[in-house]
Amino acid sequence: MKFVDEYRDATAARRISELIRAKTTKPWKIMEICGGQTHSIVRFGIGELLPQEITLVHGPGCPVCVTPIEVIDRALAIASLNNVIFCTFADMLRVPGTSGDLFSIKGRGGDIRFMYSPLEALAIAKANPDKEVVFFAVGFETTAPATAMTAFQAKTENLSNFSLLVSHVLVPPAIEAILCPKNSGIQGFLAAGHVCTVMGYAEYEPLAKKYGVPIVVTGFEPIDILSGIYLCVKQLEEGRAEVENQYSRSVKREGAREAQALVNQVFEPTMRKWRGIGGIDRSGLKFRPDYEKLDAEIRFNVSLIEREEDSLCISGSILQGFKKPFECPAFGTSCTPEHPLGATMVSSEGACSAYYKYRRDDRETAFAEA
Amino acid sequence: MDDPFLKNLSCPISIEKYPNITLAHGGGGRMSDTLIRELFHSAFANEVILKHCDSAVVTLPRKNIAMTTDSYVVSPLFFPGGDIGKIAVHGTINDLAMSGARPLYISAAFILEEGFPIEKLWKIVLSMKQAADESEVQIIAGDTKVVDKGKCDGVFITTTGVGVIEHNLDISPKSIAVGDTILLSGDIGRHGIAIISAREELDMSSTIESDSAPLWAAVCEMLQAGINIHCLRDLTRGGLASALVEIAETSKLHFNVKEREIQVHEKVRGVSEFLGFDPLHIANEGRFIAIVAPKDSNKALEILRAYNAAANTIGHIDKKSPRRVTLETVVGTRRIVDMLSGEQLPRIC
Repeated sequence: MKFVDEYRDATAARRISELIRAKTTKPWKIMEICGGQTHSIVRFGIGELLPQEITLVHGPGCPVCVTPIEVIDRALAIASLNNVIFCTFADMLRVPGTSGDLFSIKGRGGDIRFMYSPLEALAIAKANPDKEVVFFAVGFETTAPATAMTAFQAKTENLSNFSLLVSHVLVPPAIEAILCPKNSGIQGFLAAGHVCTVMGYAEYEPLAKKYGVPIVVTGFEPIDILSGIYLCVKQLEEGRAEVENQYSRSVKREGAREAQALVNQVFEPTMRKWRGIGGIDRSGLKFRPDYEKLDAEIRFNVSLIEREEDSLCISGSILQGFKKPFECPAFGTSCTPEHPLGATMVSSEGACSAYYKYRRDDRETAFAEA
Repeated sequence: MDDPFLKNLSCPISIEKYPNITLAHGGGGRMSDTLIRELFHSAFANEVILKHCDSAVVTLPRKNIAMTTDSYVVSPLFFPGGDIGKIAVHGTINDLAMSGARPLYISAAFILEEGFPIEKLWKIVLSMKQAADESEVQIIAGDTKVVDKGKCDGVFITTTGVGVIEHNLDISPKSIAVGDTILLSGDIGRHGIAIISAREELDMSSTIESDSAPLWAAVCEMLQAGINIHCLRDLTRGGLASALVEIAETSKLHFNVKEREIQVHEKVRGVSEFLGFDPLHIANEGRFIAIVAPKDSNKALEILRAYNAAANTIGHIDKKSPRRVTLETVVGTRRIVDMLSGEQLPRIC
């Protein structure tokens, strides 16, 4: 399959692996931002192809994982209402709130529907004028344009029974939040290719300069990731800290301008809490005043719901690269995909989920090496 | 109906008068009787069912008998490459075949939703008849219940199958031994992707058809060729991964499979990549794994390839522990294979 098979080629993987080994002279700690990349790294065993000097740590790039528990609880409160059709991406169905998840609301008779695009929710609203239809808008810069388009259309058509529970988050402020505490120890980043496809990478350049870290825009296939690591290591070994684009088949420096304009028309930056991490200034999107009528938090009066997270779950440390899933005492025991303590164990992009699915046999080895 | 055999058959129930299932069709009176006699019996006509007894009376050879039961709930009822009736019959035939049993008889119980179109029911019944006829299996008993509108999704079917075991092999996980070869009967993931494509109306350039198919013929040929089959397992919900993990855990052995040898059609791969699905977890309705003694693996593969060119040797049982399935990835590394936890859900981005 074009754009997949050639990026999963074993010979090419070995060759890049050798290049990385030849280039590496010191220990380096590199973080991949995106949960999709985390799953590729764990699923394809990229760690086996790297010299031991290189440590890959997993970043906060899973939109499901970083959605704060209070937003999940707000979603549960709205989805429980009798007259509501609650629409969501399927990833969100299993994410635990304080008292259950969206699946459990569905099991109790809630009208919860999963979809691939928020525009489908708009169609449902038009077909059900006697119901309140709510879309749970979650995701990074990748899904924000579709949410913005949906809000724009709902406003243009003056749909009175449609609203959105918005929890969009932005990547660059999260990178800065990780770099600020000096103990993070991250020396280089692989930036998420699909986020940069929308937003470009110009806004990463000041970060690379300010914190002296190389940032390589990277794709998701094994060869992409190995190439991204190689470019990052090369910069580190040569003492450079620039933004480089490994994913040039999809990403341009300026990104997709029309999508950015649409997002800017509908949303403005706001402080957003990240699950396990806390509040990060200007790291989320909220409706501009013109669009506030579409805000489900206001319409259903749920913005006052505040919650504390389960103290047993260390997903915050995992999402910031301080710890790996194996270092969690609950991993694979009291926390499993069937009984998760946190979203990182159930999300299809969560680091704990990836380790549980593909690597849990390595746990003993990992501890022995540590 | 596309099949020329079925084109000539029209529903014997007066569709003008009763175009839809009513609660009276399940009331046990004249309407029920008409539905059973004119629709089910006319399609499944055989000397056993036409005796109209409370139970089907058959003569079985003096051999070991295999019996299985399964319920079928699928949405949509009709999908590219099949329908609920076809997979209900194939599924039961395949469950029997996986014990090395020649399928002989099937019973079918229908739960029908009030308002369900009789014409669609007729299509489903004819599809069952065709699937049964093709495998020389008789549908000999049944039941019909009608539930209020909204209480079921059109039609649910429960089938029970009886087969006869004509060999002396013990085809089960406990017969698996270190050194055995794992064969896969074709490419994987077609049924699950066909269903999700039909259900979600995904706009794809061309249709992926379900792989729904009876597996007995291939199993029978392997048995007749004297292949020392140690274990068989059809790949339904949970896909190849769940089948392998379940057998590895039951047999208490380590399975080593190679991702490169597992065939996945390009369209199935494309949709899987798009939705974030792992083809190893996607449902099938016409594929199975055969674990055979190493000396017979080439002959077994030759037989399987005559039925499906994508059949392949995908790995072997290499040691006793850990009791797990390990996959050699396409880039030459290794990872474990796990069962799916809950439903496979599309990802956000």
